[in-house]
Amino acid sequence: MDPYALKTLNAERRARRAAILVTDLGDGRDRIVREGDQVAGDLGAAIAKAFRTGNSGSVEAEGRTFFLNAHLPRPRLVVIGAVHISQALAPMAKIAGYPVEIIDPRTAFATPERFPDIALHAEWPEDVLKRQPFDSYTALAAVTHDPKIDDFALKAALDANCFYVGALGSRKTHAKRVERLLALGATADQIARIHAPIGLDIGAASPAEIAVAVLAQTIHAFRSRGLDVKGAAA
Amino acid sequence: MENSIYLDEARDPLVIAEGWMKDGKDVAIATVVETWGSAPRPVGSHLVIDADGNFHGSVSGGCVEGAVVTEAIDVIDSGKARMLEFGVADETAWQVGLSCGGRIKVYVERLG
Repeated sequence: MDPYALKTLNAERRARRAAILVTDLGDGRDRIVREGDQVAGDLGAAIAKAFRTGNSGSVEAEGRTFFLNAHLPRPRLVVIGAVHISQALAPMAKIAGYPVEIIDPRTAFATPERFPDIALHAEWPEDVLKRQPFDSYTALAAVTHDPKIDDFALKAALDANCFYVGALGSRKTHAKRVERLLALGATADQIARIHAPIGLDIGAASPAEIAVAVLAQTIHAFRSRGLDVKGAAA
Repeated sequence: MENSIYLDEARDPLVIAEGWMKDGKDVAIATVVETWGSAPRPVGSHLVIDADGNFHGSVSGGCVEGAVVTEAIDVIDSGKARMLEFGVADETAWQVGLSCGGRIKVYVERLG
């Protein structure tokens, strides 16, 4: 392995960015491919698939055998709002393999008694994001209903290209939210990425059912991410 | 820290390999590149080895690490990468094996 490739790979992994180490098993040469780098041909197609699935494996291309070791950051779910829905969503998401963090400055809501064993920040999103910014392997669900708490996080999630951005509220509520986000400088394309009303349409009624709908939508967003880009390139 | 979203710097084999390299040590990296049947560690898993035989990470559940470390020290000396294959222990073709019944292919290369 090339020492420079190892250093680059570890730097990408520390920064929570996806990277693939491509090794030619014939001569041992290797290189790092980052998400979005253009690689032509069969190798490029295999690399795109590895970024999407996170699966490592060998591929035959150009008469050679390459090993692709896919290093994807672990996806995480950040929930704005320590509310009833979040109480159901947090343990479910954790079981599904998506570590959860909950942010809510309202100390009456954000208590360890209501959220045992969950990373909880009884602070404003602005303050938490300074320490732990969003990235493209973060999903954001904003469920407080309160623009003072939700809006900043929504705009930050759109700017960081979070793989999922969902916001609780009726169509009417969302229309008002769109106005506010546009005023904050969000673009129409960004606004279109917000899932609102939040969650897959499964007719969810109770807080726990809404949590299922949000988790399912998060998983769908994660597993289908990058598909548009691939379609555009083909 | 099963649920951590950040690298486990103290245990991550590739981070350890980079640290060894910075300390001026000779290092080999072993990678599971293929598995058949029930294999204990998924494709892409790493074992990193230094010239003294110290190692971190895993390519199996502990069944073949000893053999990989021995081969890795040769790889560090020669600089030539090797492809190793391990299968079930009771087949005579292999000295060490996987009691789980799977087969794995491990690529061992020198760092640098």
